Amino acid sequence: MIGNVIKYERDNIDTDVIIPGTYLKIHDYNELATHAMEGLDPEFPSKVKDGDFIVAGKNFGCGSSREHAPIALSTCGIKAVIATSFARIFYRNSVDGAFLLPIEVDDETYRKIANSDQLEINIEKNEIKNITKNETYAMKPFSEIIAKIIAAGGLFKYKK
Amino acid sequence: MNITEKILARASGKSTVSPDDIVFAKVDKVMVHDVSGPGVLKVFDKLQKQGIDTSKLHDPTKVWIAEDHFVPSAEKISAENIVKLSNFSKKYNIKKHFKYGMGQYGICHTLSHEEALVNPGDVYVGGDSHTNTTGALGAFACGLGHTDVAYVLLNGEIWFKVPETYYFKLNGKLPPHVMAKDFILKIIGDIGNDGGAYNTMQFGGTGIDEMSIESRLTLTNMTTEAGAKNGIIESDEKTVEYLTQRGATNVSEFHGDADADYSKIFEYDASELEPTVAKPFSPDNITVARELSSTELDKSYIGSCTGAKYEDLLAAAKILKGRQVKIRTEVLPAAISIYKRAVKDGLIEIFLDAGATVGPPTCGACCGAHMGVLAKDEICVSTTNRNFPGRMGHVESQTYLASPQVAAASAVTGKLTDPRDLN
Repeated sequence: MIGNVIKYERDNIDTDVIIPGTYLKIHDYNELATHAMEGLDPEFPSKVKDGDFIVAGKNFGCGSSREHAPIALSTCGIKAVIATSFARIFYRNSVDGAFLLPIEVDDETYRKIANSDQLEINIEKNEIKNITKNETYAMKPFSEIIAKIIAAGGLFKYKK
Repeated sequence: MNITEKILARASGKSTVSPDDIVFAKVDKVMVHDVSGPGVLKVFDKLQKQGIDTSKLHDPTKVWIAEDHFVPSAEKISAENIVKLSNFSKKYNIKKHFKYGMGQYGICHTLSHEEALVNPGDVYVGGDSHTNTTGALGAFACGLGHTDVAYVLLNGEIWFKVPETYYFKLNGKLPPHVMAKDFILKIIGDIGNDGGAYNTMQFGGTGIDEMSIESRLTLTNMTTEAGAKNGIIESDEKTVEYLTQRGATNVSEFHGDADADYSKIFEYDASELEPTVAKPFSPDNITVARELSSTELDKSYIGSCTGAKYEDLLAAAKILKGRQVKIRTEVLPAAISIYKRAVKDGLIEIFLDAGATVGPPTCGACCGAHMGVLAKDEICVSTTNRNFPGRMGHVESQTYLASPQVAAASAVTGKLTDPRDLN
């Protein structure tokens, strides 16, 4: 999976900025996408390209259980969020609904990846290659159940 | 095993579980509301296209529905979502649907305890992050997204990683003017807004034994703000009495083992706690209320599942009685049953005499939806649970999270006020 980075040098990017509460009544995925990241970066929907990755600090997606958050990002074309840690509901919503990959990296990797870098994510090897910088980083391996749900294509396709 | 482990073991048919085990737990109760319900229906649409049967729920008697976020319907889309919920309960024969304008209704988490919908030892999941609230009744209560709730509705179970448990022990009784809200804000300030991430936050000790059920619910409610999977308090006689008074039958206590393990134990001395406030823009950005006495406010909001239970309204009314508000003040009881009690006991008259506006039960401005949202640069003291940028309206508005007493005292002075300093 190859894509370009949109980096936010911030911790605690919460669901209220990913998709503000006033839009929770909306369930049309394309309309939600037009408001993605509105509380932090109103330009996001116009600058994001299909296949891009978001890179951010710790506790990404904290706050609400709104599935609108991974839905809005994935409908914009985001294929993975790379962060130093994730809030639990955002993490499981991303995986169980098969919206995007939540990838955990260490602080050093987070610092090394810059905005607009081109990355190749290889979840079989637990590896992220920075094509722009010619560097390779380790990602934290998924737990067994998460890996299986991702491989199946979401919770409903996963067989116990 | 501690209580969370014991509940998850029971629900997954295992004799024992340990932290990090993956279990598929049978779910006893499941809740959707006017945001997560239509979200679940969207998932059902997708599943039907994939050939998955969504014509029957696993057990409609375990399901209940709340109308709370955008009610009374804020505009056309919200109104359509309410119609979708009505069609949903009709199609799947869900009897427990609390409709606004038709008797008891209110915020989902408030209904979970006011209507005695969850019992000690239950596995309860809901399509809302503050589902953690109901853990104060001694249940495993956990918030999930639309896909997971859809899975529970169709299969009756869901996967969990057994969490580690942090135990928060409160020694002694809270001093006058210090509320459960002050204690949980202090904890979140100490451990950070990811300090409980993926874990259980359990509360106990003499201070918790002393606390009313409603105060305990304030603690578990905001475990979500520390990232916890669930908050929990072991049931006792008060729990059984509370649920029985609200119509539950055959309620029995459910306990963890006396020699259970906890990953970490935190101890607090109740006498050292003070009225506490979380400053913008995070629930862990705390300070004592007195530090902020020069902070000018535009609004006081007394509402939500966190801060508009009966005792919250009573605490605010005691302060507002015979006084006048200096800033816009909104009071929104969290359920009709609470509203009725507040009318009967004269609390609503006190609020109105003080100049406050009283509104219907709704999540309303707490989630920036409607009915009192904040404009650019407006500053609000609020009994709610989150203060991220834009949480209650404009992204450049500011929310200070506080107890009902601090919100009421601040309404009187127009500045952030420690209730102990009110003349």
